Amino acid sequence: MKLRASFRRLRALSRKETLQILRDPSSNIIAFLLPVIMLFIFGYGISLDSTGLRVGLVLEDSGPEARHFADSLYGSPYLRVSTGRNRQEMGQAMTAGRVRGFVVVPEDFAEKLNRPGTTAPLLVITDGGEPNTANFVENYVRSAFELWLSQRALERGEAPAASVSIEPRFWFNPTAESRNYLIPGSITIIMTVIGALLTSLVVAREWERGTMEALLASPVTRAELLLSKLLPYYALGIISLFICVAVAVWLLGVPFRGSLLALWLTGSLFLGSALGLGLLLSTATRNQFNAAQAALNAAFLPAVILSGFIYEIRSMPPIIQAVTYLVPARYFVSAMQTLFQAGDVWPALWPSLVFLAVAGLFFIALTALKTRRRLD
Amino acid sequence: MAEPLVSLNQLEKRFPGARQPALAGISARFQPGLVTGLVGPDGAGKTTLMRLMAGLLAPSAGQVLVSGLEPVRDAGQLREFIGYMPQKFGLYEDLTVRENLELHADLRGVLGAEREAAFRRLLHFTDLERFTGRLAGRLSGGMKQKLGLACALLGRPRLLLLDEPGVGVDPISRRELWKMAHELIDQGLTIVWSTAYLDEAELCGEVLLLTEGRLLFAGKPSELTGRVRDRCFQIQNVAGRRRQLLARALRRPEVLDGVIQGHSVRLVLRPNAPRPDLGELEAGPEAELAAVPPRFEDAFIEVLGGGPGGDSLLAQRVHRVADDEQTVVEAAQLTKKFGDFAAADRIDFAVRRGEIFGLLGPNGAGKSTTFRMMCGLLTPTSGTARVMGIDLKKSPSQARQRLGYMAQKFSLYGNLSVRQNLDFFSGAYGLRGKRQKEAVEGMIEVFKLEPFLKNTPEALALACAVMHEPDILFLDEPTSGVDPVTRREFWTHINGLVEKGVTVMVTTHFMDEAEYCDRIAQVFRGQVIAAGTPDELKQSTAGPDLPDPSMEDAFIALVQSQR
Repeated sequence: MKLRASFRRLRALSRKETLQILRDPSSNIIAFLLPVIMLFIFGYGISLDSTGLRVGLVLEDSGPEARHFADSLYGSPYLRVSTGRNRQEMGQAMTAGRVRGFVVVPEDFAEKLNRPGTTAPLLVITDGGEPNTANFVENYVRSAFELWLSQRALERGEAPAASVSIEPRFWFNPTAESRNYLIPGSITIIMTVIGALLTSLVVAREWERGTMEALLASPVTRAELLLSKLLPYYALGIISLFICVAVAVWLLGVPFRGSLLALWLTGSLFLGSALGLGLLLSTATRNQFNAAQAALNAAFLPAVILSGFIYEIRSMPPIIQAVTYLVPARYFVSAMQTLFQAGDVWPALWPSLVFLAVAGLFFIALTALKTRRRLD
Repeated sequence: MAEPLVSLNQLEKRFPGARQPALAGISARFQPGLVTGLVGPDGAGKTTLMRLMAGLLAPSAGQVLVSGLEPVRDAGQLREFIGYMPQKFGLYEDLTVRENLELHADLRGVLGAEREAAFRRLLHFTDLERFTGRLAGRLSGGMKQKLGLACALLGRPRLLLLDEPGVGVDPISRRELWKMAHELIDQGLTIVWSTAYLDEAELCGEVLLLTEGRLLFAGKPSELTGRVRDRCFQIQNVAGRRRQLLARALRRPEVLDGVIQGHSVRLVLRPNAPRPDLGELEAGPEAELAAVPPRFEDAFIEVLGGGPGGDSLLAQRVHRVADDEQTVVEAAQLTKKFGDFAAADRIDFAVRRGEIFGLLGPNGAGKSTTFRMMCGLLTPTSGTARVMGIDLKKSPSQARQRLGYMAQKFSLYGNLSVRQNLDFFSGAYGLRGKRQKEAVEGMIEVFKLEPFLKNTPEALALACAVMHEPDILFLDEPTSGVDPVTRREFWTHINGLVEKGVTVMVTTHFMDEAEYCDRIAQVFRGQVIAAGTPDELKQSTAGPDLPDPSMEDAFIALVQSQR
């Protein structure tokens, strides 16, 4: 396979491609507006933290200890507590969705509390229809209760002997804000859309409009065709990447601890694989609709589901875990999280970068093989 | 004789998965300094042959030589030698005229002073100087064509391959294009021009007549038309119904082919056959048989083995519609605007029962827009459309029950079988139970439909449109790109239906086809510029220098008189 390129023709084709990008409103929206919108959605709209969970409280024991505990629940920043008269009323409130769950302080609360060796005297009822929220409610109430117990012991001058206290400390994301790891992940989604989805359309579009035929009848070489598609979209992707990071750092206040050089290198390698895949699909299908469908399934969905961006990879079944090793987005997510939260930690970055480089070369080489100078 | 510029030797091209080869056994030589026409209906293999010559496809067997080069092997040298304009012109619609030219100039290495000179020369030649800053997508069909031609001419090719340059262009632009082609020939170029329009064949120096991948004829077009010389006649001054006369004539053994031509009936006789007796044909006391010059189409029909005959099995199945002369389709000041652009501008016409009414005009003139308003598929911006007295704005579904619609490009489901298509459309028009079953079986019998969609989309589309026996039939570009025998079959059915009282509205950009209509309205840029019978329209533009204008001449004259 011979790949020749003339600078003049390459420049002419790249110029044409750039003009087309600039004049196509949808490309502009995808490259410049979409990143900002998506970052805001991920930054503000989707949050895996829970604050202000609506929780009901039924006090069947009206003694001083029960009311003391109730006060500590009211004081929690994570819970918004409303009090009900009895369990039935709270049960209806939960069915109607006004509360996510409720806490019952039973009549024998104080009695059991002060008798050593008995089980926890609290009843927490949650909405199992939303398991995630139910877990939050349970955990927040549990930790509030444990906190109250230990404070109570402290006030009485006792050691909190019975309960084990867990003191969580998060490294790299000290306040454990999900935004700080969702943003690097959402940049991955944006890069995938630009790299794979947008480019999956461009070669197919030329086939559909008959312009490819005119190009093939001119002295254009395969390398020129391929590079003229790669370069402008690469530039577009890199610009978009830096816009994303700028928005994340300056508007959303997400810390970025890596260097711009490392960001550029990582971004370039990932774009290489995404562009390569997009062009491959476009070249193979020669049809915009099929190419977009294929790109959605081959690039976008894996980037959302299998990259570890939202769903923890370690909690997936082993087979699916094995599959994630083939998803370039997984490596990019991991590298971006490293860059944002830890900095240029090269030992952590290298494996990802090597895989991305290999994936990019593989897809581009395959596209080059699939690119024909003829129609059959 | 000069050395041939292109020679084809037992050329064959098969595509994987296709049952028939796209081209088989093609041998021919193209002389330099001529326009060689690749002529044939859609699916004949014209584009495949073009692409083989341009080196975009590799032959399955046999050989192509272009100026001694094998297109695929010697692709590098060949590309310096040829200019190629694909179908749909291969332009970037989001680039301007100048940017399109610059791209092709860069690709072909036309640089520096040479480049500016080339741009000046080509822009002047194509008359596009005023539009260099306009996006190619905003050009009219004719201007796109010229820009495509200019791009193909950059780098001074010696052989120009033009794939269906006449499609989608108004007749005036088409004439200009031919004029340009002949100027290029004078400058020493050789042109290959593919077309499905048979009238264009007569303008070529030599033609290759193709159908279904086979070569039917290669040589001068006059040589082919010469075969039917002295056998073409017109029955003029016909009394009574000329469609019935045509049907009677086609039943006679001496008649090879026949069509309606305005008020007359055109016949082609078999070789050495006696002239038909007008008395026996009941043509009327005033009728005369006049000899007329042969056309390429007549000869094509003969090569294909003659026309299909004049009896329509379809019409025999259909019940007679009321025989009054009532107005059944009416447009009054019908206007459709898309933004500022008036696609149809104050269109007026009225069609009586049992009439064939044609809307004639180039692509983009507003025919299909008008049509869709008449069928209740588009809501007019202003004005009214009435079918059987029903205002389509008020009760479109009631009107739709009475009409059959055959859309451009035949709205069939390619992944359903013929029977499934018929079942679907009959159900959609409200046929149920026994009546539905009979209709479907009847259509399969009448059109001899095979179980799978193959080369009969127009027959199936017509079947789907007439199954529920509509009073009015709307046909949108029904026969563009089909071979003349299939076109005759189609019109035989239409003529038969009309004799049963069905009213037919048809759009066409084929000037010749307009002659099959009782009355036509010529549409240009959204407006009706003239209306009348075909003969009236032609005669209205006759003058001393053009005593017997064709429909295309008439159209061009009428457009020019508007300016």
